[in-house]
Amino acid sequence: MAESVSNITAQMPRAKLAGLLLFFLGPAVVIYTLFSIYPLVATMALSTYTSDPSGARYFVGLANFETLLRDALWSKPFWNALGNNLIFFAVHMCVQNPIGIALAGLLSLPGLRLKGFYRTVMFLPTMLSVVIVGFSWNLILSPLWGVAAGALKAVGLGSLFAPWLGLESSALVTLSLISVWQFVGIPMMLIYAALLNIPDELIDAARVDGLGQFRIFFHIKLPLVLPTISLVSVLTFVANFNAFDLIYSVKGALAGPNFATDILGTFFYRTFFGNQLQLGNPTMGAAVATVMFFIILLGLCLYLFLVQRRIRRYAF
Amino acid sequence: MRRTFKAAMGAEAAALALLAGLSSAQAGSLKIESWRNDDADIWNSKIIPAFNKQYPDIKIEFAPSAPKEYNAALNARLDGGTAGDLITCRPFDASLALYQKRQLDGVDGIKGMDNFSDVAKAAWQTDDGKTTFCVPIASVIAGFIYNKEAFAKVGVSEPKTLEEFHAVLEKLKKDGTYVPLVMGTADQWEAATMGFQNVGPDYWKGETGRANLIAGKEKLTDPQYVAAFKEIASWAPYLGSGFQAQTYADSQNLFSLGKGAIYAAGSWDISTFRGQAKFAMGAFPPPQPAGTTDCYISDHTDIAMGVNAASKNKEDAKKFLEWLTTPEFATIYANALPGFFPLAKTPVKVDDDVAATMVGWRQICKSTIRNSYQILSRGTPNLENELWNVSAQVVNGKLTPDAAGKQLQDGLDKWYKPAK
Repeated sequence: MAESVSNITAQMPRAKLAGLLLFFLGPAVVIYTLFSIYPLVATMALSTYTSDPSGARYFVGLANFETLLRDALWSKPFWNALGNNLIFFAVHMCVQNPIGIALAGLLSLPGLRLKGFYRTVMFLPTMLSVVIVGFSWNLILSPLWGVAAGALKAVGLGSLFAPWLGLESSALVTLSLISVWQFVGIPMMLIYAALLNIPDELIDAARVDGLGQFRIFFHIKLPLVLPTISLVSVLTFVANFNAFDLIYSVKGALAGPNFATDILGTFFYRTFFGNQLQLGNPTMGAAVATVMFFIILLGLCLYLFLVQRRIRRYAF
Repeated sequence: MRRTFKAAMGAEAAALALLAGLSSAQAGSLKIESWRNDDADIWNSKIIPAFNKQYPDIKIEFAPSAPKEYNAALNARLDGGTAGDLITCRPFDASLALYQKRQLDGVDGIKGMDNFSDVAKAAWQTDDGKTTFCVPIASVIAGFIYNKEAFAKVGVSEPKTLEEFHAVLEKLKKDGTYVPLVMGTADQWEAATMGFQNVGPDYWKGETGRANLIAGKEKLTDPQYVAAFKEIASWAPYLGSGFQAQTYADSQNLFSLGKGAIYAAGSWDISTFRGQAKFAMGAFPPPQPAGTTDCYISDHTDIAMGVNAASKNKEDAKKFLEWLTTPEFATIYANALPGFFPLAKTPVKVDDDVAATMVGWRQICKSTIRNSYQILSRGTPNLENELWNVSAQVVNGKLTPDAAGKQLQDGLDKWYKPAK
């Protein structure tokens, strides 16, 4: 049996080991520190300052956070954005991931023809620019030129059509579904790859035991790809709470109507960069960004402690 | 060693080039900072050559940035000392901040400044109105552009009063060929800019109301403001189907394709329609509410130009600014960019008929600027942003006119305490 890596490093002279570590990890550490850790710390530092009209900055401690969470002027849009963000996330979890799993399950069926074609078609939107996706769907759903109204009418459901992107009640869900349409390829591919990893012997054994494809999927394949599904969920969570581009490109920085589509990303953008006559407020914006960071961190910690530790992995 | 030498040479060459670039921006030459990159062609082919006919020795370079980046880029260049000699000024707070940081000079001493009315200068003055720091260039006017063919087919003429306006809309709706009034609320700002600020000045008496609002003598809950909201709320039945999801670009297309009859317009739309619409167009000013005699238009000051306080060539820069106050410049500008109207008092002949009609309203109506622009959008919540949201909701029928006024005033009361 080959010697394990830890044994090799243990026998190495200290200086040589340090040199090796520096050589392999150094560049990554430097770049990561410079472009990820430093901006993060600088943002947190900035969030403890305030500035006056002349541009001078003063240290105010946690006052910005107190304003953000306690002053109705700030807390109302903040909670609204957080609530909308949760809906945005929920739609992705309830629609995007189950569809992704189902598509992956169908793709992995033995004997399915044109697999490569389906895979490509379903993954294609993921590679499009969000601005193009937003623009196209805006046109498709447009009550003036869109094909949506005509398509519904053709199947006798014309009365169901509404200007979905313009109504407070439906704008957010519509945008979430557009995002789902675009990104469903990612869970599909990840889960598909995991399904391909399941040894044929297991499936064959199940079939010998008399299980149909449906039960094989639910009783054999699904439990085996659970770790991948939980990974997909985490990716979805992080991406959704950082989301900004689709809403901005379709609804603008004011995330109308009446902030019905405002999520943390657009709220942050408006605060930091300003909008029209509203001048940007970098210190308050930094506070919003910091809170967003902690929300994502909290979500990840919950996931790590409650889910990740309980997942059972199978080695074949 | 050789490599260091080479690098040093390179650095030196770069530094020299930089110095050469800087010095070329000094004596006898001027650089203009602007966000109007769409107009670069017009500046280079028409405006600057016209100026050079009088001042052949002054070399001018028009160096625009992208509109969205302009504020940030300009601020960085001003702070770093590399900004051009002439600075195109945005209205109100963005430019006021530059003057307060002593990056713009006052322009009151420039000959020809008396060719501008107080309203024209207000966007580039200190709050007390004592110092002006940019020479006004252009404003945009709000009103209604209409499809003459549609009016002829339905048999209606330009409405003078709101009553007539509603009668026209009603007729157009009955006829059914055209969308009576083209405006969407998806982008929100149209409801505020082409709705509330368009028909509103007749209710609050233009500048009088605007000044009173700033002085705290009027409130947005007063009847004149609520009435303006009531008016735009009454437009909903005449807008296109699904107007809640209709964007600004949708509105422009709908009208220029000849499917709409009346378009709630800003004069800046004229050039778009000129390029696309195949039918004859006309324009009428905001119809007047019952019982009013004077008319008011939103003649919103938008572009001006000032001198960089750190410029090495202020003498020539001032000559250029002085030329901006002349009728000659005004005529060139107004005709090169129909819909952007010069602010000088001396009348200008505009060739485009719709643009000429709109600028002609200045003779019969009193000009005012958007009431949310000066001072009132300095704090949080920002009145202009609020106005977009509230106006769109009023048109969508989600907010009553009274509640709209209350929401705006409550927001303003949170940070704005005018001396009463």
